[in-house]
Amino acid sequence: MNIKSTLTSSVALLGLSAGAAFAEAHATTLTIATVNNGDMIRMQGLTDDFSEQHPDIQLEWVTLEENVLRQNVTTDISTGGGQYDVITIGTYEVPIWAQNEWLVSLSDGMSEDWNESDLLPAIADGLSLDGELYAAPFYGESSMVMYRTDLMEEAGLEMPDAPTWEFIREAAAAMTDRENDINGICLRGKAGWGENAAFLTAMANSFGARWFDEDWNAQFDTDAWSDTLTFYLDMMEESGPASAANNGFNENLTLFQQGKCGMWIDATVAASFVTNPDDSDVADQVGFALAPDNGLGKRGNWLWAWSLAIPSSSNDVDAAKTFISWATGQGYTELVAENEGWANVPPGTRTSLYENEEYLSAAPFAQMTLDSINSADPNDPAVDPVPYTGVQFVAIPEFQGIGTQVGQEFSAALAGQQTAEEALANAQRLTTDEMEAAGY
Amino acid sequence: MARAVSTRKKLMWTGLAWFFGLLIFFPILWTFLTSFKSEGVAIADPPVWFAFDWTLENYRAVQERSNYPLALTNSIVIALGSTFLGILIAVPAAWAMAFVPGKRTKDVLLWMLSTKMLPAVGVLYPLVLLAKWLGIMDSRILLVVVLMLINLPIIVWMLYTYFKEIPGEILEAARMDGANLKNEIIYVLTPMAIPGIASTILLNIILAWNEAFWTILLTTVSAAPLTKFIASYSSPEGLFYAKLSAASMMAIAPILILGWFSQKQLVRGLTFGAVK
Repeated sequence: MNIKSTLTSSVALLGLSAGAAFAEAHATTLTIATVNNGDMIRMQGLTDDFSEQHPDIQLEWVTLEENVLRQNVTTDISTGGGQYDVITIGTYEVPIWAQNEWLVSLSDGMSEDWNESDLLPAIADGLSLDGELYAAPFYGESSMVMYRTDLMEEAGLEMPDAPTWEFIREAAAAMTDRENDINGICLRGKAGWGENAAFLTAMANSFGARWFDEDWNAQFDTDAWSDTLTFYLDMMEESGPASAANNGFNENLTLFQQGKCGMWIDATVAASFVTNPDDSDVADQVGFALAPDNGLGKRGNWLWAWSLAIPSSSNDVDAAKTFISWATGQGYTELVAENEGWANVPPGTRTSLYENEEYLSAAPFAQMTLDSINSADPNDPAVDPVPYTGVQFVAIPEFQGIGTQVGQEFSAALAGQQTAEEALANAQRLTTDEMEAAGY
Repeated sequence: MARAVSTRKKLMWTGLAWFFGLLIFFPILWTFLTSFKSEGVAIADPPVWFAFDWTLENYRAVQERSNYPLALTNSIVIALGSTFLGILIAVPAAWAMAFVPGKRTKDVLLWMLSTKMLPAVGVLYPLVLLAKWLGIMDSRILLVVVLMLINLPIIVWMLYTYFKEIPGEILEAARMDGANLKNEIIYVLTPMAIPGIASTILLNIILAWNEAFWTILLTTVSAAPLTKFIASYSSPEGLFYAKLSAASMMAIAPILILGWFSQKQLVRGLTFGAVK
């Protein structure tokens, strides 16, 4: 290689790197905080599509466990840290954080083809404050009954589409075969506001119970709560697994996939796990039904949506809106379907998905998911009127603490350390104290 | 006869040591095995020990999704940086407390230790605001300083205990031979305390390596160490035990290897004191 060609190539290289540096300097970098859920991880894998469309926006991902993420993001937003441009939060945080003016409204500035009116009304309601949308749902979920069709048949029973609690209890007892390690029903028992407190709050709604009356007085001393907890404890004693007080979503998922549960009432997102033949021993023997009711007009199902929002401390709101428009738009649904199949499309956010024949035939749980989501109303969750929003939670900042403590009381009752009456008395006392201290 | 008893005793103790050794090692072994299983096999009941299709799929998935080299580099820089900075400050402090104690030395020592009892979250907001004001959020230097401050009481206490065992007369002799303070610390005290200093360094590297409160809360991407790397594989909704195990193995491997090679020094430093 002579001197001239060396010089030429050096200059060319310099030019290239200068060009790259220029592009880099003009690129916007978005830091996205997200949770480690299957759908979110899939989105990370598909971001090449976004980068091709928007080469001027670079993405950096921070994936964290739900509670760690919440702590990280809360610290960042409340101190105006500006470390994150897009955050993944749930239905619980959105109204509270929007009230604190921590979130940017998404009611304008989104891409033109991002169709807000296509969002499922129940989900959009849960993510709005005073009619303005503050987070875009990435996937939505409710809860429903997942049951073993073979065990149900052996027991000589037929699961209705909309069962009652009484039927669930009978079926659970009929399916239980402890000698063969089969438990009629697996339910959450692990303490936590997002674990057993979520399940029991949703269940209590269908028993006519509520957390607070319209004056924010705790209601654990009512008959409705007593009926709820006693029913839950009795059913778990008759037909639940051993050490149920330690079981959360993942533990029950494991039990169900191993064929040790006749029924499991939990998040609709579990449907794709239990029907996946790679992980589940019972993949082709699973049926679905709506969460049970007691004939009082409310079902025991919840409503949750993992959603993308922009913290008000972000420095790149426009780029963040561009990204959210891509990730939660209809185009993304088609992208996932193209790459991973229709069954893996993030469910529960858009009406159009449930009108798509290809999706309906690929996902056997689609209709049940939609019906479950539609039957939950975060603005009117209980039989009696309540002063709060939220189906399986109370959308006030204090609820994380109170919900977890109440969950611990219920968990202790399930472990046999105290009676239902004692657990409810303790729950009533601690909730009243905390609410008084918080100034309600 | 006495010989037989002693052999039996020896055997018994060896057996017992092996039993506890394996018991303590078991979680690491299980994590290692799980990291080569598919997610389905990872939760199989009864558990599958060795007879499964070994796969590197989890390691591939973890490599693909996360920036492991960056997390590893950050962990190394933060752990070593905070430890050596700590040692630099703690050696003179421990020397002063051990050899020229004042009336309140004991109180100072206790007060230093009492700072460890402060719930970390109590100083979270002041620290975040300070870091933000200084513009050093998500930087290695912030974590080096914070972890050094957190571990400083332990470093000072450990060094103080080792230094206390060194007879003051030796230092006195050095002084009589004309050594000044700097020479006394560098040429007399430090060589005698090397096993103690070495085990202090090792223990503090391990503590800094495993610190998972500040390292997760004060970082986002560029300074995120291995603790944040592992935290990203924990999931409340979905079973990713095999991937979590692979991520854990990748995170603990460096410290495991370091511990393996330096176990003699570590044990000696922790059990025999400074000058025996």
